[in-house]
Amino acid sequence: MSTTEISSNEQYNFDIVRRFSFMAVLWGLIGMSIGVWIASELAWPFMNFDIPYITFGRFRPAHTTTVIFGFGGSALFATSYYIVQRTCQTRLISDFMANFTFWGWTAAVALADITYMLGYTQSREYAEMEWPLDILVEVVWVAYMAVFIGTIMKRKQPHIYVANWFYLSFILATALLHTFNNLAVPISLFSMKSYSLFAGTQDAMTQWWYGHNAVGFFLTAAFLGMMYYFVPKQAGRPVYSYRLSIVHFWALSFLYMWVGAHHLHWTALPDWTSTLAATFSIMLLLPSWGGMINGIMTLSGAWDKLRTDPIMRFLIVALSFYGMSTFEGPLMALKDVNALSHYTDWTVGHVHSGALGWVAMVSFGSLYHMIPRVWNTKIWSEKLIGIHFWLATIGVLLYITAMWISGITQGLMWRAFDQYGNLQYSFVESVAAMHPLYAMRAIGGMFYVTGMLLMFINIVMTIRQGNKAPVAVPVMTVAHA
Amino acid sequence: MGWLYWFASYEHTKPLAMVILFVTFVGIVIYVYGSKKRGERLETYKDIPFLDDDETKMREDKK
Repeated sequence: MSTTEISSNEQYNFDIVRRFSFMAVLWGLIGMSIGVWIASELAWPFMNFDIPYITFGRFRPAHTTTVIFGFGGSALFATSYYIVQRTCQTRLISDFMANFTFWGWTAAVALADITYMLGYTQSREYAEMEWPLDILVEVVWVAYMAVFIGTIMKRKQPHIYVANWFYLSFILATALLHTFNNLAVPISLFSMKSYSLFAGTQDAMTQWWYGHNAVGFFLTAAFLGMMYYFVPKQAGRPVYSYRLSIVHFWALSFLYMWVGAHHLHWTALPDWTSTLAATFSIMLLLPSWGGMINGIMTLSGAWDKLRTDPIMRFLIVALSFYGMSTFEGPLMALKDVNALSHYTDWTVGHVHSGALGWVAMVSFGSLYHMIPRVWNTKIWSEKLIGIHFWLATIGVLLYITAMWISGITQGLMWRAFDQYGNLQYSFVESVAAMHPLYAMRAIGGMFYVTGMLLMFINIVMTIRQGNKAPVAVPVMTVAHA
Repeated sequence: MGWLYWFASYEHTKPLAMVILFVTFVGIVIYVYGSKKRGERLETYKDIPFLDDDETKMREDKK
């Protein structure tokens, strides 16, 4: 038996992790900036400048696609490729296919943004891409699945670590959701326009089966995979309970698929369907909080790290927001609460407490942990991470507080009657009442984007530092029989 | 073969699927928490992220 020392950069394919990590940060900056722009358009409509390409209707899907699929998706590709290699202790099965996923995914997000601004859309929530782009995403996803599953199959570690289970369920569920939600008939081979295979209530049901499971598997399960690796790594101690993580995984996977219909309370959907969805939404509270407690308790005995380590702060505050938004979600899924909250800004606030508080913050923490390691260097400025944390926290709090007040005010104004039984307020009166809150939301977004800009600068400088002078490369010993 | 028609009705297959999924989940919970010895083995897997820890290796080398 002989031993050889090789760097982890040679053993693993970190090149693909670097590409996706950088794009995650860049897409994050672009997507969140578009978000602030459209939030400002709602507060100060002159910002439309009579330019059709940047009106709210076209820019809004560009915002959601860029942050969910550009920022979130790229962060998931990067971290899943990193984690699967490190926990299976093997290299990705194919560098070519991994590169294909990078170029295919990046092209899909860029083309989606351009086509939305030109006015092409399927008008399906979080799935506005027209059919040619849907096919591109489908092909990329199959390649991703092949790379991920193939790498797990040739693992050197006999057990599949729980983070990979979460990524696996995200990849499988997203394949199902994307395929069936986008079944459509193009009007001709050379036209971007297509019509959904479903109609009426069935179409709404399919859309929200997709929409809520995109939240459940893309924006929750996958980011929990991130959490189960990076929280223990950053804390320097293993996850609080591995058994709880197994139950967390299966409970989440069994329950999420049933809840989409809670987006369609009080509609033409059969009543039993939305009752079933509400019931499962309440049950989801248990695995969600079980997972949150498992993550937070990982820090048990090392709480002082919250004072000294800004990356840890990002990860733990992300888990707190996860707990908060997974409490708020089941609450809003109750029919009586939903009667007030639906179609109001409360929903927008809820989505953003999950998106900015949970998804983005756990991604920031993970990327800050991972990026210096894949570039063999140290973070350029730890102080900037601390400033980023506070800007992001203030931003998200301003945002969700504004939307809570705005949403509940809207709900109450819309259902108010005068003594004669007529509606007390016209719709436009409720719009006027929202103005200060829309301004507050836009300002919250500005805080958040400023933090994102600091992260971009910090990451670019870290990469330059890593490229310029590689520090002592970490080595690992590999035994040969 | 007539009994196969029983499965053709959603009113039958939906609750059946529900029962199968629920029983499977209960089985998983029993598997995870039902045996102390198995529980201890499962808990050892929590160290996997640290098995490939090049930073720990570097720290050890410095010592």
